[in-house]
Amino acid sequence: MTTTTTTTQPTELDDVRAVTATDKRRLQRKELWRNRSLVLPAVIFLILLTQIPFLTTIGFSLTKWNLLYPNERAFAGFDNYTSALTSGDLWPSIVATVLITAFSVTLAVLFGLLFAVLLDRQFHGRAVARTLMITPFLIMPAAAALIWKYSMFDTNIGMLNWLFRALHLPVVSWSTEHPMMTVVIVLTWQFTPFMMLILLAGLQGQDKGILEAAQVDGAGTWRTFTWITLPHLRMYIEIGVLLGSVIILQVFDPIAILTKGTGGTKTLAYLLYERAFIGLDVGQAAAYGVVTVILTIIVATIALKSVFKVFMAGGSR
Amino acid sequence: MNSSTRSARGALVTLVTWILVLIFFFPVLWMFLNGFKPESLASSINPSFIFKPVTEGYQLAMDRGMAGYLQNSLTAAVTSTIISVLLAIPAAYALSIRRVKNVQNSLSFFISTRFMPLAAIVLPLFMIFKTVGLLDNIYVLAIVYGAMNLPVTVWMMRSFLLEVPFEIIEAARVDGAGMFREIVRIVLPLVLPGVAAAALISFIFAWNEYFLALLLTSSAARTTPPFLGSFVDGRGQFLAVLSAAATIAALPVIIAGWVAQKQLVRGLSMGAIK
Repeated sequence: MTTTTTTTQPTELDDVRAVTATDKRRLQRKELWRNRSLVLPAVIFLILLTQIPFLTTIGFSLTKWNLLYPNERAFAGFDNYTSALTSGDLWPSIVATVLITAFSVTLAVLFGLLFAVLLDRQFHGRAVARTLMITPFLIMPAAAALIWKYSMFDTNIGMLNWLFRALHLPVVSWSTEHPMMTVVIVLTWQFTPFMMLILLAGLQGQDKGILEAAQVDGAGTWRTFTWITLPHLRMYIEIGVLLGSVIILQVFDPIAILTKGTGGTKTLAYLLYERAFIGLDVGQAAAYGVVTVILTIIVATIALKSVFKVFMAGGSR
Repeated sequence: MNSSTRSARGALVTLVTWILVLIFFFPVLWMFLNGFKPESLASSINPSFIFKPVTEGYQLAMDRGMAGYLQNSLTAAVTSTIISVLLAIPAAYALSIRRVKNVQNSLSFFISTRFMPLAAIVLPLFMIFKTVGLLDNIYVLAIVYGAMNLPVTVWMMRSFLLEVPFEIIEAARVDGAGMFREIVRIVLPLVLPGVAAAALISFIFAWNEYFLALLLTSSAARTTPPFLGSFVDGRGQFLAVLSAAATIAALPVIIAGWVAQKQLVRGLSMGAIK
């Protein structure tokens, strides 16, 4: 008798349970909303200042719009893109951007690896050496480019040519004879510490036990490095390459200061600057901006898949 | 291999290390030295390593109105850092300690914004600011820098917040601390080094930024990087004054970076590498 009443008719206790359940759900929903409201200001701020401007750039790129003729503004479809391709500006610029990025990132990783291995050892003054090494990355890029331009590359007062003269080698006019190399040297110099820091973190995260075991097993230094250390460093190299590439793809400062885009160094950022702020062709420049994004997405996705795993391994609760 | 040859080899590697480090550091050292040379000596075809230091170069840099540009750089860097830190703290807190749906989506949103090239957003910003008369305004530049640095700040702070032991937060909740109290009294003090590091990183990026500063400012709000860039059109001898100006411009960030050395890699990798 009693059992049937409890199952068929809801008791007071069930009522209480039901109320707390909905309350809990309501509370949960309230909490979720409150938590969301913590993220929202940052998201809205970014949408206003980056996402909407980007969509507007796409809009600009589809219009015929030169500030010299503001009244002739009109929808132009893909004209800006086709003219970018036919005028012969776009393709060399993409090549310049990709080459500068590829050379600088590769060299910075190689030098960064060398310095990371050297500075991972125990020796006198290691902290000082590390501090000196990170300085090129910290120095203002505009200042770095200027210092290189005048005190290193200059044909008269540059130290590189002073060295060449001392060695009885011909003087080199860097920014006109080797513009690409000039830019790559400065970028490599600036980004080597960046790569070194990332790779040092990787070296320090190595399992010392495995290294010792390899040593005991008679694996030489070189074999230990190529068989154990390098595979371990792989994900750190990937992170360095991804972050370095995405930054250097946008490179502007050393171009503006060292070569002004001459000699095959006109990167997309510099091309856009020229078209928009010297040529006053907003529509055309916007098209270059969109191409920059496409290029960045291509480069980033190539590396991002594997790297994102590493980012997420940073953990979540 | 006996121990004496091993230690000899070690000494050799150390020597090579130091030589390479010094070659690498040389341009910075040379900039520093040139800033203290009289112009005739700095712009001489024969470099001098030993000389009587003078402050002529610094004097000339200041005569070119550098103090004003530094002031603008400082305003932009500090204001933008405050903006990005204030917006990042609640966001990072929610994305690490609180429950939010689609954490991954939010995080991807932030990271993809970080990777958005400035070239892709500068034209509309320029047009809008021009239309409403906000070009050449240092606070407007600071707001844009705030957006530029916000994703890094969020990611970096999140990586620090993930390290706060959950028990501490739970204990605070049992004691009945509200969310605001929980953030300000419990969580923030624990991750203060992380907040400081994130602030430093964002300061460094804003201080060094050239592209947006060149395009969004012209005179009143002009910052140090475009001022330095204007040396390119210089005539005559100017290596001493240029080196002095570059040294002043680079020094705040170099010191900040040296101080924050340990946290630097974390900031650069957006918190992925500790």
